[in-house]
Amino acid sequence: MTLAIDAPKDHFRLSMLVYDTRYRSYTIQFIVLLLFFAFLVWLTNNTIANLAMRDKDINFDFLFNRAGYDIDQQLIPYTNDSTHGRALFVGLLNTLVVAFFGCLFATILGVFVGILRLSKNWLVARLMTVYIEVFRNVPLLLWIILTFVVFSETRPQPKDFRVTDEMIAAGQEPAANMLFGVIAVTNRGSSFPAPLVDRPLGTVTIATVPVNLTVVATLAILLASIWGNIVLRRRAKAVQEATGDRPVTWWKSLLILFAPVILFLAALGFHWDYPALKGFNFQGGITVAHSFTALVVALTLYSATYIAEAVRAGIMAISRGQSEASFALGLRPGRTMSLIVLPQALRVIIPPLISQYLNITKNTTLGMAISYLDLKGTLGGITLNQTGRELECMLLMMLIYLCLSLMISAAMNVFNAAVKLKER
Amino acid sequence: MADISFVRHQMLDPQAPPTSQSGVVKWLRENLFSGPLNSVLTILALISIYSLIKGAMPWLLNGVWNANSLTECRQIIADSGAAEVGGACWAMVRVRWNQFIYGLYPVAEYWRPTTAFALMFVALAPVLYYGLQRANALMAGIVGVLLVLALWGLGTDGYHIALSAAVMAGLTALAWVAPKKLVWVTLAFPAVAYWLLWGGSVWGTVGAVAGFGLFALVWSLTQRHVGVVVAAAIGLIAAVLWWSLVQSHITGVLAQWFPIELRYVRSDDFGGFLLAFVIGITAISASLPIGILLALGRQSNMLLVKTLSVSFIEFFRGVPLITVLFSANFMLLYFLPPRTNFDLILRVIIVVIIFASAYIAEVVRGGLAALPRGQYEAADALGLDYWQAQRLIIMPQALKISIPGIVSSFIGLFKDTTLVALVGLMDPLQGVRKIVLSDTAWRGIYWEPFIFVGVIFFVVCFSMSRYSMYLERKLKTDHR
Repeated sequence: MTLAIDAPKDHFRLSMLVYDTRYRSYTIQFIVLLLFFAFLVWLTNNTIANLAMRDKDINFDFLFNRAGYDIDQQLIPYTNDSTHGRALFVGLLNTLVVAFFGCLFATILGVFVGILRLSKNWLVARLMTVYIEVFRNVPLLLWIILTFVVFSETRPQPKDFRVTDEMIAAGQEPAANMLFGVIAVTNRGSSFPAPLVDRPLGTVTIATVPVNLTVVATLAILLASIWGNIVLRRRAKAVQEATGDRPVTWWKSLLILFAPVILFLAALGFHWDYPALKGFNFQGGITVAHSFTALVVALTLYSATYIAEAVRAGIMAISRGQSEASFALGLRPGRTMSLIVLPQALRVIIPPLISQYLNITKNTTLGMAISYLDLKGTLGGITLNQTGRELECMLLMMLIYLCLSLMISAAMNVFNAAVKLKER
Repeated sequence: MADISFVRHQMLDPQAPPTSQSGVVKWLRENLFSGPLNSVLTILALISIYSLIKGAMPWLLNGVWNANSLTECRQIIADSGAAEVGGACWAMVRVRWNQFIYGLYPVAEYWRPTTAFALMFVALAPVLYYGLQRANALMAGIVGVLLVLALWGLGTDGYHIALSAAVMAGLTALAWVAPKKLVWVTLAFPAVAYWLLWGGSVWGTVGAVAGFGLFALVWSLTQRHVGVVVAAAIGLIAAVLWWSLVQSHITGVLAQWFPIELRYVRSDDFGGFLLAFVIGITAISASLPIGILLALGRQSNMLLVKTLSVSFIEFFRGVPLITVLFSANFMLLYFLPPRTNFDLILRVIIVVIIFASAYIAEVVRGGLAALPRGQYEAADALGLDYWQAQRLIIMPQALKISIPGIVSSFIGLFKDTTLVALVGLMDPLQGVRKIVLSDTAWRGIYWEPFIFVGVIFFVVCFSMSRYSMYLERKLKTDHR
């Protein structure tokens, strides 16, 4: 009797590289590797030949040369005497600030719309459906340009806000009014009240970027207050676990959260600087260009529809049994939402939310249609055209956007891991 | 003792429910005014709808369709006594309609893109309704009638109308007699559409198609003996040899003997929705197979293939489309052999395909990951090889799961075709609008172009999303 245990000893034959599944994958990978290297060599050769033909080289020195162009919106000091490298950073900060406000407002609006679309109110639910479908199915570029046109063409000129003595005597109203009496939206830009202090703490310059110490101190105090509040709530919870009674904390919370910051700002002499019409335009306050406002508004309105759908899908993914069980335990609807449904829905909502944040960040590049100078506008636009270094500018820009995307998705993945269902 | 009991001897008619519990009142109470918060929301919604209608309706209704300039338009509105509320000037759409649709495509050749567009539906029919005689013939017939009407409306000469009508009638007959043979139309469509849109000698296109034919022939002959992948490689080598060495000689001779050609149209003349559809449809149909291959590469056990696929996908998902489009403009010139300079539209289409396939790959990967392992193991147990298992077991299920994601990628892709304006192509939103605004007759018109372009995009994208929902319901086979 022969046993099948002793498999016939295979001698390696060349044909096994193709026919034997054990070896075939190595053959395929080897061929892929060869092709990949051949492709890389071809690419490099072409690039070298093309660069030689155009008398160019790969050189990033242009980043340290004088830029020579102006940027309207600058979060760090910049003049046209600054370098191209600094222009890059100004552009990057402009990208980030639009992305930040876009994500923030889109999340707020999206959560509202998503919940309202699930509302039992027939009219409101239909209205939200119409809003979502209209904004989702029309290109974002159209919304951006349309918002920009609405702001810059339909808003009145600054002179329409003027109130003269004759007009007051005649009881006439000016042609245009400021929003709530403090925000002026003209066809040139929007002016908001600016927070100012009488006795500022001064500034420190770190790596040529001036840092306002007043802002830093305020933020530090706020963070400390929040941390103090967390400690207070943790204590209260410990007391509740031990004795069953939760100590009253709401007034302590309010005191810890707001009193230090208010006291600090009052000590420094805090006041608002309102925009006022002087000469031909508004002076004072913070003036924001319409390209920024339009970009933020359009990104918010467009992306909020996607976030709303994610929120709706997340809430609908939680089975009715969960909320029924919670009602059976005697929890009120508000607490059911906050303790039972939302923590579970959040796990479904967060992954699509991550990709929406990534999309918002990538979509800020559309600002170039309304000449918003973000990273694409400075490094990939004016710098590229002035220096003629297409290869370097494009590679650097793609690399920066790639890093940005990877960082956002890494940060959100950490958050996702924190709220994820812990199994076993 | 008096008997005080009372027994009713006949049934009472049922009472009508209270007015608050039936009909309109009940519906209103339950759906609009169920609580204080809901009542406030309803009133707010009513106010916003009212103000929207009050603001927009008169303007839309006072629209003027017959005028040749904005001043004439405003004059007509003022004459009708509606100068206060103003009115839309739809005349701009009517006058510039052809430009919005075709860009600067030569007027005498309008029949070509129109016919290509109609043929697309015939080519699509076997994909949507494979083998269904009635549906296929109906599609081809209706599209044929619409095509003839459209060509007549465009003022095409009789010869081309007759030609198109004959072709469409032939296709309808084919769909009726042998609906499954219509797949060949689908396969031939890309070449036909390319020739119709760009023109030039027919033999160049035929030569390129012959390369694919050679590939298919070599593949089917050798596939039995050496396996799928090696056969594909041999076929590819044969096709490349044909394209690079043989084709130009043969097609050159043929072009001399039988000069069949259409007037060549430069890519700069493409514009409007023609451009959006050319880029969108090509990218959609090419990115799906490439995306599936990338998704399979990402799921592969081979480390090298997996690494390459992952880096490709993550790179293109990490950068904005605009930067990719700009690289098509600036960087491709460096990466291709010196002095190759091909058309901007083709370059843009290639990078859009690459970009979209990375997104499709992620969607398909989601579908693959959602399949239980048992499906893969069952396929192995049946003795199917890798490609058979993918084709017969895995892909039909994985693609079904990922339909919503795939269609929303397609919608996103179609909307993103507006971005090509930023690299200088003439898309309907930016490019054509600028041409219209640069005309003195229409300077100062703001809303109408946006509304017109937006409505067309909305109709296309909305119907795509509804079709995907229908498909999802139709393919739903699980028991729930």
